[in-house]
Amino acid sequence: MSAETVFYLLAGAALVSALLCIGQRNPVASALWLVSTMFALAAIYVLLNAQFIAAIQVLVYAGAVMVLFLFVIMLLHVGREATDIRGPGWRIAAVVIGVLLLGELYLLSRVTPGGLAVLSGSAGAAGSPLEAFPAGRAGQLAPAAEGVVGAIARPLFQTYLVPFEITSILLLAAAVGAVVLAKRKL
Amino acid sequence: MLLGPALLVSAALFTIGVAGVLLRRNAIVLFMCIELMLNAVNLTFVALSQVLGLTGQVIVFFVMTVAAAEAAVGLAIILAIFRHTRSVDLKNITLLKG
Repeated sequence: MSAETVFYLLAGAALVSALLCIGQRNPVASALWLVSTMFALAAIYVLLNAQFIAAIQVLVYAGAVMVLFLFVIMLLHVGREATDIRGPGWRIAAVVIGVLLLGELYLLSRVTPGGLAVLSGSAGAAGSPLEAFPAGRAGQLAPAAEGVVGAIARPLFQTYLVPFEITSILLLAAAVGAVVLAKRKL
Repeated sequence: MLLGPALLVSAALFTIGVAGVLLRRNAIVLFMCIELMLNAVNLTFVALSQVLGLTGQVIVFFVMTVAAAEAAVGLAIILAIFRHTRSVDLKNITLLKG
């Protein structure tokens, strides 16, 4: 199978799982379909040459975050009551807003990548996006030179070192905040 | 180079997330739809990082961290609200309604 075929199979799996996720009455089933979406997305990341992101997608999202969701759902024992899907007025609003948003995003996605090259005034005669964007070519060469993780670690720990350290403070604040909020009495 | 199709899939996933937020009243499912939207944005970043350099993948890393922090605090808030109203249904959470 070619990469395109695999991509379209995975994309179909992700979209069907996402639709089932918002359509299921039982929150546990919703959470499991969301896990399925995230696994399909992780496989798509591998196809898009982002192996490190694929790994942390499975570890952090499908592993940690969704386990937290399932834990809270089962702790609260929700889903036994009647359906929580809104009435017809809201459904029409959701469809209209969804169609409008999808149209806008479709038009936006048509702008890239050749359009981006035209906008930035660097469209090559060949029209290949990689010729117009040297950073993209460098991004494709870097994993071969220093490994998949090394290619991400360099910008992460050089250019983005301060945001990275601030992220650790954010995580600490979130952990302390979650404990304070969830505790009955301090 | 699957840039165009990946952007379309990302747009569709984001729209499904928005539709979920509008359709559901269960606060936990609402949070899951927000995670779906964050995932769609991550897919955009990864797809464009093929063309625009590896910075996109670094930003996906930060988005994931913020999403994990948001899920932890949000679920703690839902837990506190559940203790107060015995429900996670948004129609029962109307403290700010005039």
